[in-house]
Amino acid sequence: MPGICLCFQVHRPVILKRYTFFDIGRHHLYEDQEANRRILNQLADSCYLPANRLLLRLMEKSEGRFRVAFALSGAMIHLCEKYRQDIMEGFRRLADTGCVEFLNEADPHSLAFLFSPREFREQIEAHKKKIQELFGQNPTTFHCTDLIYSNELAGVAEEMGHSAFLAEGGQGLPGFQGPDFVYQPADCARLKLLLRNYHLSADIRLHFSDGSRNGHPFPAGWFAERILHSLENSGGQVVNLFLDYETSGKYLTPDRGNSEFLQALSAEMLGQPDFHFQLPAEIAQRYDPQARLDVTDSASGFDIHRNLTTVAGNAMQQDALRALYDLEEAVRKRKDADCLAIWRMLQTSDYFNYMCTEGFADRVRRHDSGPYGSPYESYINYMNILEDFSRTLQS
Amino acid sequence: MFGWEFPPYMSGGLGTACSGLTGALTGFGHPVLFVIPHCDPAEEASHVSLISASGFPLLETDLACPALKNPDVRTVDSLLMPYTGDHRYRERLKRRNDPEGTGTSSGTLSFDLSGNYGPDLMQEVRRFGMVAGAVARRHSFDIIHAHDWMTVHAGLYAREISGKPLILHIHSLEFDRSGNRIDPAIYDMERHGMRAADHVIAVSQYTKEMIVEHYGIDRRKISVVYNAATRHPDSITRFDQSSGRGEIKTVLFLGRITFQKGPEYFIEAAARVLKVFPEVRFIMAGSGDLMNLMIERVAELGIGQNFHFTGFLRGSDVERIFARSDLYVMPSVSEPFGIAPLEALLCDVPVIISKQSGVSEILHHALKVNFWDIDEMADNMIAVLKYPALVKEMMLRASEEIKRIRWQNSAARVIGIYRRVLAAAGPT
Repeated sequence: MPGICLCFQVHRPVILKRYTFFDIGRHHLYEDQEANRRILNQLADSCYLPANRLLLRLMEKSEGRFRVAFALSGAMIHLCEKYRQDIMEGFRRLADTGCVEFLNEADPHSLAFLFSPREFREQIEAHKKKIQELFGQNPTTFHCTDLIYSNELAGVAEEMGHSAFLAEGGQGLPGFQGPDFVYQPADCARLKLLLRNYHLSADIRLHFSDGSRNGHPFPAGWFAERILHSLENSGGQVVNLFLDYETSGKYLTPDRGNSEFLQALSAEMLGQPDFHFQLPAEIAQRYDPQARLDVTDSASGFDIHRNLTTVAGNAMQQDALRALYDLEEAVRKRKDADCLAIWRMLQTSDYFNYMCTEGFADRVRRHDSGPYGSPYESYINYMNILEDFSRTLQS
Repeated sequence: MFGWEFPPYMSGGLGTACSGLTGALTGFGHPVLFVIPHCDPAEEASHVSLISASGFPLLETDLACPALKNPDVRTVDSLLMPYTGDHRYRERLKRRNDPEGTGTSSGTLSFDLSGNYGPDLMQEVRRFGMVAGAVARRHSFDIIHAHDWMTVHAGLYAREISGKPLILHIHSLEFDRSGNRIDPAIYDMERHGMRAADHVIAVSQYTKEMIVEHYGIDRRKISVVYNAATRHPDSITRFDQSSGRGEIKTVLFLGRITFQKGPEYFIEAAARVLKVFPEVRFIMAGSGDLMNLMIERVAELGIGQNFHFTGFLRGSDVERIFARSDLYVMPSVSEPFGIAPLEALLCDVPVIISKQSGVSEILHHALKVNFWDIDEMADNMIAVLKYPALVKEMMLRASEEIKRIRWQNSAARVIGIYRRVLAAAGPT
């Protein structure tokens, strides 16, 4: 009985203030409250609220057969609780239907697994606790920032009681038969590994953004067919679609024409005999692993270093990350919840992504030079903040 | 080609650009006759055939027809200085009592031009035009390429005589140089030249937009060709060991000390940096009409101990100063292109450039600020001095980027423009 797993990533980094060297020691407010409020307000109306309403309607209409998973980051939860609680209320109502699973991750969408195993585990626990408190669910599916994966990470997840791990990659590994199968990590006994179907995820994303602009969206039937076709060809078990809620959500609002698309897609899929929307935890329970995948750090398709080039590949990113995690001991010594919260906020991977210089000239040509204008400006701003934070820790 | 500067007869970026462009053009097999106001005939060892307008033998007919159809050109007795502030050549200026400036002492007729920027500039520009006509009569060529307003007269006259199409290459506008205190005579000459030329080349999109906005020229007639930079043959590496960058960090301003180059913003930012890093050394290299004012401002801020003025630098001194610098800052108020940041990068010096510059369109791996934002400028200066990872990454990327900014690319664009203009002009 083949299935489709629809998973939306809901994540936004906290926008940091423009912080010059001359601000150091003068004030310690790093969060740009005005910008965060403004942008979250925009997105609430243009994306999150209408998209949440649409999904709720589909769940109610399908009597629970339409199911969706959310990878909701701690950074996003923080923003919603501070500026727009109604967004969180929307997610709570979705959770109440029983058709929604929330994934677990390192709370601030961090790269802590690279630098501090202790911090990594604490962040996973902190995020789990938030999900429990907010939605009354005990999350059992884990995913890492940017869907990064390795044997070691799988080991941590299993040890912490997860039953499924959602990741990207696998091509070229012995035993790999395509993304639509359930695998077992090499050193794990229970944990199941689910892989994102990159091509279909990318196609849907393209459909949402391009299709609505051109006014000629592909018919939902065509996509449903592609999904079925993909499963038929590979003999696979489940297609995992992992989409960004913000980019997709913007196009799910009624005036974009895509709400019909998703409705039609869900109707098409639900119209197929023996076809189900499934949640990651259900998949892990239902399917036996097809093969074991052995993913050392440099295994192809999972190449952790390649995946990390955009967040930890250059001198600035490495310097900033090193300086950040060098503060761990001092932060812990303070035993101050506010200090810990700031340190964690500064771990959000987006800040390091902004420092990526690879392909920067091309991004400028596409008018996408990032929130700071250049990787260098973003590094300077970040380092100034870190310098101030480090000084407050010493005082 | 008509230009006002060519190495070693130059005071700024115009000569550097003309030399780089013509070098690549001749490399592609297109010989260039380059006419400048004055050069020493004995000193000809260049990739172009350098023609000195000064002393160029003239006939009576050359003098008889300065009948340019140009209502805007008139002789004005004012202190015209297109690149304000370079008076160093003035002592070399030889003036004759003869009002037209023609010398007939050795039996031949010729002008004596200085090629300087001074009070007689408009007069020289006019005489240069007359010589251009004579050059056009005696030499054969396919296209006329003139650089900036000083050569508009010459380019138009040469076109009148030869019937060959004229391309006007804009390296700098009166609007860049003088802000809102523009000289109407120069503005008129620029506008007339761009209107009359068969095609206009601008050194950046920034300059192109300015031409469209302030001069009302049809944008379809303007092509953007970026400048480039080459490492000098006697490379600076030999200075690296002897006088390399030391313990004390050095921040450099290099350029004419004029309104256009924004020296005061550099000084204000320096004062802010020195409040937190009292050990940094600042150098202002160059000369210009604001120099005394700047020296006074430095004294007023009480930062003279860390702030040095070198005066005008040339040749190997420029490379030497780059080799000693940890950061180059170009805070220009309005910079059509700006070759110096490229030269700094070629010498492994990181750069902060003003967003109001053409070079910022092609240089991505540099820090960019609005020239008026002194806090931002100071913040960036501190970051370069304080964060080695920033410099390491930026220089790694910039050194890759600058390899692709080559005069050959600029010349290839120019040749493409020549072809289009010649095709449009039809067979001659």
